Amino acid sequence: MTAAPPRASPFRRRRRAFVDSAMTWLCGACIAIALLPLASLLFMVVARGAGAMSWTFLTHLPKPVGETGGGVGNGLVGSALILGVAAVIALPAGVGAGLYLAARGDGATGRAVRFLAEVLSGAPSVVVGIAVYALLVRPMHRFSAVAGGLALAILMLPMLARATEEAVRMVPRDLFEASLALGVAEWRSSLWVVARTALGGITTAGCLALARAAGETAPLLFTALGNAFWNVRPDQPTASLPVQIFDYAVSPYPDWQRQAWGAALVLLLLVAVLNAVARIATRARLPGGA
Amino acid sequence: MAAALGLVVAESWKLALPALHRFGAAFVVSAAWDPTQDSFGALPFLLGTLVTSAEAMALALPVGLGAAIFLSEMAPPRLRAFVRFPIEMLAAIPSVVVGLWGLFVLAPPLRDHVEPLFARTGLPIFAGTPVGVGLLAAGLVLAVMVLPTVTSLSLEALTAVPRAQREGFYALGATRWETVRRGVLPAARSGLFGAAVLALGRALGETMAVAMVVGNSPDMPRSLLSTGSTLASVIANEFTEAVSDLHQAALAELGLLLLGVTLLLSIAGRLLMRRAVR
Repeated sequence: MTAAPPRASPFRRRRRAFVDSAMTWLCGACIAIALLPLASLLFMVVARGAGAMSWTFLTHLPKPVGETGGGVGNGLVGSALILGVAAVIALPAGVGAGLYLAARGDGATGRAVRFLAEVLSGAPSVVVGIAVYALLVRPMHRFSAVAGGLALAILMLPMLARATEEAVRMVPRDLFEASLALGVAEWRSSLWVVARTALGGITTAGCLALARAAGETAPLLFTALGNAFWNVRPDQPTASLPVQIFDYAVSPYPDWQRQAWGAALVLLLLVAVLNAVARIATRARLPGGA
Repeated sequence: MAAALGLVVAESWKLALPALHRFGAAFVVSAAWDPTQDSFGALPFLLGTLVTSAEAMALALPVGLGAAIFLSEMAPPRLRAFVRFPIEMLAAIPSVVVGLWGLFVLAPPLRDHVEPLFARTGLPIFAGTPVGVGLLAAGLVLAVMVLPTVTSLSLEALTAVPRAQREGFYALGATRWETVRRGVLPAARSGLFGAAVLALGRALGETMAVAMVVGNSPDMPRSLLSTGSTLASVIANEFTEAVSDLHQAALAELGLLLLGVTLLLSIAGRLLMRRAVR
């Protein structure tokens, strides 16, 4: 590989070969450095989280300060409630926007919408929390699961729209045109023919967006707040797993800190399951992993 | 989509109005942050954000770029698929969990071993008592969090460089590293720059992990070892406990500042990436 240039001394050639292998090792070392924190993080979460895990931990309310034990059952239920609200708001809007972009998105409007989606996805999630606070929490004088869900929905929207668009664009255009040729209206062709074919991809998009939203903490702090008790009413302050991890982690009580690790393990498993479902959904629909 | 973005801007603006009226432009240069005295200035948080993000970029850029070069130019394809997955997985880990790790796994050894070592150098940026949490720890945690962004976007930019470019260099007798250094990196320049800008945007807006390890003091940071706050972390910590409407408005104005900067960066980054990949 290292053919010598004209009049190169053997010394110079050796030096070039040395620099080449040194840089190869250096870049390889970068990979190792990049993987180190991940390995440490996963190991610690599993090792410390497993110690806190028990049936009681998953199904019981938190105990007051000073008593050991208790669990994050209300956080699990609360997270599910908030994510449910977020999905109800974001799925139709995000998937609809994606369908529109795929079908008619080549003009100026489409470019503008796509650009806005990219810009929105760069917005810090705390700021979204502030906006929803001003929009819902202040007028209602109450923190609520709806406010939390709306904040998460705003964060899910751009991801959903982009991923849906990509999934829909993979459906052959012939299919859409065949449907039009049979006299089916454009919107019906789009919805019943194209979107159905791309369903696997759209499911993937939904799961990935939910997985991201499930771990979001900052926007929930001042929208859903938190709650030490069971709550299934969407208009009430609601506990959530990520906020519980935060509260427990920064608390000075060892038993709470122990539970923070447990809750982190539960949250990671939840995110992993959503990611796995996302992968399976795409594979089932598109054999060969196209 | 447009409605959602407009709503975010408009509602934060509305909430920030009292502070905008009260402090005007002096807000961004004032260092006084004392909610009980109704005096609010953004400078400590601007500085905290700047320092932690700069630190994160200084660490994550070389490592992420090195990792991307290795994956795209040097690694055998099977290893590439094998390594890429965990790096992308790192991006899916919720930031509270990274913060938890930073607080209990990273900060204690920093306090006991690394920071005393730095402090012994006597440099003014390492002045103060080692406490573990602080700007240094926050920057490290941020570096871990933006590493997947840097790596996967750089990888995208590198793989977009045409194969013929590399083959031309090999044909001239260049070693692999010379090919990368003079053939591939210059061609991927604007994409790599875009990756850095997007990563910086993420670092600036990152909230929870930073709020957990930065120490949360509203004073001007004196050195890398001192505790501090960033724009995002102070909002997360004080917003629900704001003592007055003005306090809340000041926090909302910090949010607007943050939003403005990150939006500009993300637009710039996207434009650069787009030019590179096409």
